[in-house]
Parts: sequence; C-alpha cells; structure tokens
Amino acid sequence: MGKKSSEGFLSKPAVQSTLAALLCIVIGLLVGYVALLIINPAGATEAIITILKNYFTYPTKAAAMKYLGNTLVKAAPLLMCALSIQFCYQAGLFNIGAAGQYVAGAGAALFCALQLKMPWIICLLAALIAGGIFGIIVGLLKSYLNVNEVISGIMLNWIGLYTVNMLLSGVKETASPYTVQVASVNKGAILPSLGMEKLFSNNKYVTIAIPLAILIAILLKVILSMTVFGYEIKATGIAKDAAKYSGMKEKRNVIITLFIGGALAGLGAAFLFLTGYEQWSVTQSSVPGMGFNGIAATFLGGLDPIGTIFASYFIQHITSGGSYLDKNIYPSQISDFISAIIIYLCGFVLFFKIQLNGWLRARDERAKQPPIVQSKKEEGGNK
Amino acid sequence: MAGNSEYAIEMLNITKRFPGIIANDNVTVQLKKGEIHALLGENGAGKSTLMSVLFGLYQAEEGIIKKDGVEVKINNPNDANDLGIGMVHQHFKLVQCFSVLDNIILGDETTKHGILQKDEARKKVMALSDKYGLKVDPDAKIEDITVGMQQRTEILKMLYRDNEILIFDEPTAVLTPAEIDELMEIMKNLAKEGKSILFISHKLAEIMAVADRCSVLRRGKYIGTVNIADTNQDELSRMMVGRDVQLVATKEDKEPGKVILHVENMTVPSKLHHNNAVKNVSFDVREGEIVCIAGIDGNGQTELVYGLSGLENCTSGKITLSGKDITHASIRERSTSGMSHIPEDRHKHGLVMDYSLAYNLVLQRYFEPEFSTKAGFLKKGAINSYADKLIEQYDIRSSQGAATIARSMSGGNQQKAIIAREIDKNPDLLIAVQPTRGLDVGAIEYIHKQLIAQRDAGHAVLLVSLELEEVMSISDRILVMYEGELVGEFNPKTTTPEELGLYMAGAKRKEIGA
Repeated sequence: MGKKSSEGFLSKPAVQSTLAALLCIVIGLLVGYVALLIINPAGATEAIITILKNYFTYPTKAAAMKYLGNTLVKAAPLLMCALSIQFCYQAGLFNIGAAGQYVAGAGAALFCALQLKMPWIICLLAALIAGGIFGIIVGLLKSYLNVNEVISGIMLNWIGLYTVNMLLSGVKETASPYTVQVASVNKGAILPSLGMEKLFSNNKYVTIAIPLAILIAILLKVILSMTVFGYEIKATGIAKDAAKYSGMKEKRNVIITLFIGGALAGLGAAFLFLTGYEQWSVTQSSVPGMGFNGIAATFLGGLDPIGTIFASYFIQHITSGGSYLDKNIYPSQISDFISAIIIYLCGFVLFFKIQLNGWLRARDERAKQPPIVQSKKEEGGNK
Repeated sequence: MAGNSEYAIEMLNITKRFPGIIANDNVTVQLKKGEIHALLGENGAGKSTLMSVLFGLYQAEEGIIKKDGVEVKINNPNDANDLGIGMVHQHFKLVQCFSVLDNIILGDETTKHGILQKDEARKKVMALSDKYGLKVDPDAKIEDITVGMQQRTEILKMLYRDNEILIFDEPTAVLTPAEIDELMEIMKNLAKEGKSILFISHKLAEIMAVADRCSVLRRGKYIGTVNIADTNQDELSRMMVGRDVQLVATKEDKEPGKVILHVENMTVPSKLHHNNAVKNVSFDVREGEIVCIAGIDGNGQTELVYGLSGLENCTSGKITLSGKDITHASIRERSTSGMSHIPEDRHKHGLVMDYSLAYNLVLQRYFEPEFSTKAGFLKKGAINSYADKLIEQYDIRSSQGAATIARSMSGGNQQKAIIAREIDKNPDLLIAVQPTRGLDVGAIEYIHKQLIAQRDAGHAVLLVSLELEEVMSISDRILVMYEGELVGEFNPKTTTPEELGLYMAGAKRKEIGA
C-alpha cells in the first residue's frame, strides 16, 4: 500500500516539476563549481559555499536577517517579472517585453514620486498602468497586425529605456547620473512597511512589496485554475482556433493578457524603486536584467505561480550570494553564470518529466503483469 | 530454406500492453508475398499499435516477427527500413517547400564528394514512376500539388528505397473518389510486380475491391483472417464490430416545417486566392429536414460553413436564423441563438486538445450560469457532473472519464464528445461538416442516428459531406456545390449518384430558387 502511494506521489505533475527543478539547480551549481575551479582551484569550494550561504555568512542572526531582507527586497520584483512572463505564456505568448514593461513601470513610479511628489499608492498605480500600456501596444500589434510579440517586445524594451532615461533626467542628482533618493525628496512615496522591518533587524527596505508579490502569485494561480477568464486564456493559448470557434474573443483576450502581463512587470519595478533600495541611472544603456531573469525564474518554477515564488527567491539568493565573492579572484557574475546554466537546463525539466513518466509506466507494467488475476480478486472482494 | 517461406512478413502471437489496456492481445497477421492484405478494425482496435510494433516504434511483450520465415528483431524504424518495410502514413511526412524529387531522395541521397547527384536519382524515380503508373511532376513543390500526388510521392519514396513490404495507413481518407480509384489501381500494380502490401482501412468497399485477404481486429483481439473472394461486406462489418450494423440509415418520411436557416445571396472571400470562395449563394433549411451540401472537396463548402458560423465574415448577403438576422452577429451570438456546429477539423476547431474531456464538453457553455458564478469562477462540480451525464448518455469512451485529456482519446470518441456537446445544446440548427470523416462503421452508424434523431425532433440539420453514399442515405434534400455556387437541388429518392456526380464535376448545372 505504501509503495502504491509513493508511485502516485511521483506521478503528480507538481512533484515532478519540483524534482526536475531541484535537479537543474544541482547540475547548475556543479557546472558553476567547475567554472570556479577553472578560474582559481584554491578558493573554489569556499566560493561556491559563499554563494549558497548568501546572508548566512554573517555571524550574528540579526545581520543575517537584515541581509535576508535585502535578498527578499530584490526577489519581489523578480517574482513579478516572472509572473508577467508566465501569465502571458499561459495564453501562448512569450512576453520578452517584460523587461521593457518593467522599465516603463520604473519610469512612471519614479516620475510620480520625484517630480510630481505623489503618494506611494498613486506611484504604484502609475507603474501598473505604464507597464500595462506597454503590454497593450504589443497586444494590439499582435492581435490586429499579427506582429510577433517577441519582436515588438524587444523593440519596445529599447524605446522604453531611452524614454525613461529622458523622463527622469529632470530628477537626477546633480553630481551623479542617479535619480535623487526617494526617501529624501518624498517620504510619502516610500512603500509602507507595516512594521515588517522589525523582523529583519530594522532593514528599512523591507516593505509590503514582498507579501504583495506573493499574494499576487497566489491570486494568479486562482485566476488561471478556477475562473472563466483563466479557462479562456488557457484555451486561447493552447488552441487559438478552437477558442475562436467557441466564440471566445481571442483578440481581446490576447490584448487583456498582455495588459495584465505588462501591469505585473510594471508593478514589479515599483516594488523595487519605491523602497528606495535602488536608484535609476539615467545614463544606463542596457535594459535592466530583471525582466530577462524573470524568464529563468518562471521556467525554473515549472510555469506555476507557486513554484515561481520559490524559484524567484532561489535565483535572487544565489545572485546576492555572488556579491560576497572575493572580487579580486572571482567575478561576481559567476552567479549570473550559474543562473544562466540553470535556465539552459530548464529545457531539461520537460525531458526529465518524460523520462520519469516513461520509467514509472515501465515499472507499472512490470508490476501489473503477473498479479492481474490477483488485483481482479481484490476488486471482487471489495464489492 | 529461409527464402522459401510463403510469407513476406509474419507477426505471430503479438501481445502489446499499455497501462490499463491490452492494445494487441495475441494477434497473428501473416502477409503473403505479392498479396494485398487488408487490416480491418474500428478506431482503437489496435491496428496502429500493431503497425508500430512492426515498424519498431514499440516492442511487443510477447510474440515474434518473421521475415521470409526467419525470426527478426525490430528495435527501431531503421531496422524496419533495413528489412525493406516501408509505410505511407495517414498524415504525409513531406517537406512542404521541397520538390517532389527532393522529398523522395531525402535521407537516402546519392552523393559524390558531398555533392548531390540528382540526375541518377531522377532517372530512377522516373523509371519507377513509369513502371507503376505513379504520375508525378518531380520538380513541383509539395505545397503546390494535389493530395493525390503527394500520396504518390510517398509511395515513390518507399519504392525508391527498394522496399518490398509496403504499409498503407488509411490511404484513402484524404482522397477524392477519382483519386481513390487511381490508388486502387496502383496498389494492384504494385502487388502484381511482387510487392507485398498491408492495407489498413475501415472502409469495407475498398477492402472488397482491392484486397486478397483480410485480417480483422476488434478491441485488441485478433478475430480472424478471411479470403475476400469468400466473404462480403456484411460479414466483414460483423467481424469488425461484433454485431450486425445497419450500413444504410433508415428514417421515416417527414414533412419539413417552417424555415430555420435562410441564406440570401451570401458571398464569402477565399483565404487561398483573390476570388470569392462562395459566390452569391441562397438556400433555406427547414425544421425537421436534413439538407446536404454535396460536392468535391475544395468547392467552397468549408468557406460556406465559415460564413454561416461566423468564423469568416461574408462580404455580402444576409443570413437569418429562426427569423433573427445574424449576418453580422458574433460567433458566440450565433451559438447562443440556436446554432450548433460540428466542425470539419475536430482537432483544430472542435476541441482544445490539451483540455480535459469535461472542459471540452462545456466549451460552448462554460459562461452560462449553470457552469460559472457571477464573479467569474468556474463551477467545477457542475462541470464534472454535466460531463459525466454526457459521457453516459452519448457513450463516450475514455481511459479516465471526465478527466481524460482530449488528445489521448480515439478519433471516434473525440467526435462523439463534439457531437454530444453540440446536440445537447438543443440547437434549432445543427451544422455538421463531414461528421463521419475518418471514423469506423460503428461510429458512423451512431452519428447518422444522432443526425436523424435531431431531424425527427424537429430541428434543422445542414450536413456537408464528401461521401456520396452518406449524402444519398441520410439527406432529405441535396444541394450540389461547384466552384462556390449551388448548381443543383435534388431529391435523394429520385436522383442517382451518377447524376449527382455530373453536377459535382461541373458538367451540368441548373438554376435553383432559394
């Protein structure tokens, strides 16, 4: 009996995704370790442990909690970008424009906070709408002109970047290319913390952004699996023609999906910049990686909102961990390298599932054959 | 001794199990040299599994395969190829933008210092083409040629590789009647030249016409092998289905009632070319009648239905359903106004293949209060119990009931699911497009009964069919479509397939009033 339940356990999709993700992580870390060995064999073991330990390198619990807070602060926007990509992926759309939607959100949030001196709630809404509009543009092009969302998304990433650079030049520090500190100009634009900072040794960057991002993930899970809208979105994604046949407005659904995707990425940016943790550099000439890292997080999370919560945290964990490496020996990008390996291995998740299912089936078959009569008897006995 | 066996290929006592199902249960098929051997069975009877075992895609748990009397192991398709076994798949495996010749030599190219030697290949292909009467244009691109010529390309592919054992998997499903006749001739020629042919089909007439012997499978079990000369269609269908089947549907005479669907001067543009696919078409469908649109594939039937169902916009004309103008109505509005549509392509339009059966069964109704709350949540309990009801009522068979993923169901049961969904909406008008295409006798009988039941219940039925036999047996009125126009109206009781054929081919036409 115990054996049977374990078979059932292994054949559950969620369990399989988790196993596959863990396997990807292990292989990714091993390859990362090999890379560290090649760069400098002497410190490699220590380095990989440093990456994994991240904030645990601090001896006191208080310091560790504080830096756990920092990791979470950056994990929240990553999660939002991952959710953006994932939600669109359910509708059959690859929202690589999440990076640009994130940029638009950042621009709108900071402009409202610094230039217009708006309270945080308005800044959040502005980020949501700005990201959403970037999404809608892609959606309209896709629906009505059949422009591939990857192409239009990537182009908008750059349009977004330079527009935001221009927009925020008015609110930058005189001596640096960075925007002025939100906390110093407009305290009301900083997201409230509701006392959560106390849990994290008074880390002032810990705000409601973190629980909000998790709540939004759960909300998306509910929408996708339990609502009419989720039913339509997924049908449109899997079978566009069947969706049209059944009278779903598939064009409208594509636009709404991309709006939601854009809004999620835009909010993600506000979740970071309205904590004051980071400042925008108006001279930056590459699109922030947050949107692209979201792709990694969503695939590592098995394309499931709940799985993505953990995946986002993990990716941010090793990225933050990478910053503790001795910069004289190892480039801090080693964490990005490991994440990249993991993303690459994400294709492997599917392969792993197929192999596992094949193996389970073969085992079932072997187990079933001799006692066919026996199992029939059991059934009879139950009746 | 080895080469002297009477049989080209023998599959002896093959048993292949899948979880929860025995796909082949002790099946024996022996293919004589130079014969056409039909393999007959309903959908899900295990024909494809058996051929996959022969092709090395699956390994049988029990049983052996012999070639020329010698036991062989076939572990993968390459082994099968080395043994001279070739297959024409139901869905062709051709590169669309390559020429016929390129497709034939693909994977078996003759090269000299890495450079293609196409001239030799061309000579060989043309020689084969002449020898077996397989007319192809070697330089035409696959995307430009007819389905019949694509199939001949597939056959040439097998011959080019000197295959001796040819498997045809439901080769007639995609062909027009004339092309079917041609294929039958080709198969006979091949057999005459010493090739051994396995012909997988569930079309009895074709098997009677072309095969020497026939082996029948039913639910994975081997039923028997008969000589075609000593049998008839009734016996074959009994062997296949396990009971007597009514090959011709019967129905009572019925006086049609008021007009349900009224179409006036409808014109629908074509996606393929700049002409209109449907030109100025007018007709009515009344309560309690089955009106059938007959015609050869590609004469505008598909676009006509797209225009009626709203999948495509008509550029002019007027459509009225039960007195309501629906010319500009959305697909959803038409559906909720009493139109049901069994689509031509059940995989593309009819089902969300990766959704469960339950989700597919509510595809036209999920938004109704019965299945969703005002807040927009799906009522999963209601959806599942409704699905269970339809599964029971329409005898939809699947491995895991309502939770089964549509993709994993057999073609016949997928179609049953669509029919259950569309009929259970209790529509005023049921549009059925080739509802029996690719299905076996048992399923066809079932579907015909359902269509006639709709008619008898006083609903209007518009049937689009390419099968003249079907047209003649179940319709009350026949409209023939040719090049986007309706060219004749007939009463099935007073017309003949030959007369219809003349109109379908465009040789004759008459004016019809709406």
